[in-house]
Amino acid sequence: MRGVLLRGFFVVALPVLLVAGWWVASDDSTDVYWPPLRTILTAFPDVWTGDRWRDDVLPSVLRLSAGYACAAVAGVALGTVIGSYRRVRAVCEPVLEFLRAVPPPVLVPVIMLFAGIGDTMKIAVIASGCVWPILLNTVEGVRAVDSVMSETARSYGITGVARLRHVVLRSASPQIFAGLRQALSIGIILMVISEMFAASNGLGFTIVQFQRGFAIPDMWTGILLLGLLGFVLSVVFRLVERRVLGWYHGSRDVSRRSS
Amino acid sequence: MRGTNALLGAAGLAAFLALGEAVPRLGLVKDEYFPPTSRIADALATELADEAFWTALGDTLTGWAIGLTIAVTAGILAGVLISVTPYLREATASTIEFLRPIPSVALIPLAVLLFGTELRSVLLLVVYASFWQVLVQVMYGVRDVDPVAEETARSYGLGTWARVRHVLWPTALPYVMTGVRLAAAVALILAVTAELVIGAPGLGARIAVAQTSQAVPEMYALVVVTGLLGLLINVGARTVERRALAWHQSVRGEVAV
Repeated sequence: MRGVLLRGFFVVALPVLLVAGWWVASDDSTDVYWPPLRTILTAFPDVWTGDRWRDDVLPSVLRLSAGYACAAVAGVALGTVIGSYRRVRAVCEPVLEFLRAVPPPVLVPVIMLFAGIGDTMKIAVIASGCVWPILLNTVEGVRAVDSVMSETARSYGITGVARLRHVVLRSASPQIFAGLRQALSIGIILMVISEMFAASNGLGFTIVQFQRGFAIPDMWTGILLLGLLGFVLSVVFRLVERRVLGWYHGSRDVSRRSS
Repeated sequence: MRGTNALLGAAGLAAFLALGEAVPRLGLVKDEYFPPTSRIADALATELADEAFWTALGDTLTGWAIGLTIAVTAGILAGVLISVTPYLREATASTIEFLRPIPSVALIPLAVLLFGTELRSVLLLVVYASFWQVLVQVMYGVRDVDPVAEETARSYGLGTWARVRHVLWPTALPYVMTGVRLAAAVALILAVTAELVIGAPGLGARIAVAQTSQAVPEMYALVVVTGLLGLLINVGARTVERRALAWHQSVRGEVAV
């Protein structure tokens, strides 16, 4: 009981301290750029309810999900193919290394040429930035499939789809998830940037509008909302990961304890 | 074996470039959207002869290097400090977990307000983004310290500083190096992004200008340059890592982040 309380105390202590510090330090702030936290928090519900939620937040999140999903499917599929065949891997490696090294945000102007400034462009930008970490991690994961396991599967006559599902993808999944996690933060960055570039709605667009209109407290609420969004998505991701990779974490704990 | 792989890789690269040449020439995509490889190469040559290009490259690298240095120093110091101080790690865990996923681009409007298109805008974003990469890795690394080694050092009467220097640091170093490698890549992304969106001088700003003035081949040439830069940084970071861990490479497993 005491342990739980103590842990709870540790979880909240510093955040409370920091927020309180911010509150007190900014309370009588007259600096335009650093409005009092009180003002920001009172502005928050006014800014982010009703219409704006439907017109800006929802489209942003939908675009992010669409782009991310495309990247995940393409990355895992291509990665499995490239990882499974040594020769294909050797041919593709330098090109992939180069494409991965291109900073994803510079794709925004390039993709704008092809896809205009609509939703397609944003989804394409998100997908084309997210795909690399997923693809490369899948390649690594597929390549590292335990040879004993794949021999065993072969001698039991497990081939084709069953082999792909139960042997290859399963043992590559910890790596794939590492890639998916990297891709998530890139995805959020690209979502915001593609909206800052050319858009008529979305979180990035609205926050820049606030900043240009010198609606500083509103801009701060936008920054806070983006922070919350990033936080929520990473929590959701962790929950999904824990579910899907439960067997893996379990077996790792066991082997750690026994060693 | 290695030779064949390099050969296959070169073939892949050549095929990629040839495809880039053929697709627009055959009219599969409009060449005003996607110029053939040769036209991009031409534009690249023109860029390389232009003094303004080198200034932009220098600006980007300056922002990258200063930002990375600050982030790495701060990340290592904070990481070690947090990890060796009792209770501090537990007390900071929730805050770190909360701050880390905040996308650094959320700070763009703030950076514009505070610093306009100055270098400091770029630095704000670069440092924020790459700091976490280093910090988290350092903390993982410190957690990995062998308790037996730690206890041994303690019973030999080594002080805190000596223990940090001789026990903790060598254990954490591989993780630190991974963190630095990740941070170097992230720092480049954020430096270019800041230039692209905010308009701070550098390659990113030059891409934005090329885009608005419809100079499509130049834009592609600059994108290629940023890719090559990223590649160089990756290769460089790997080399540094291998050098620094020459004594260690064989025993360590790569941490997947």
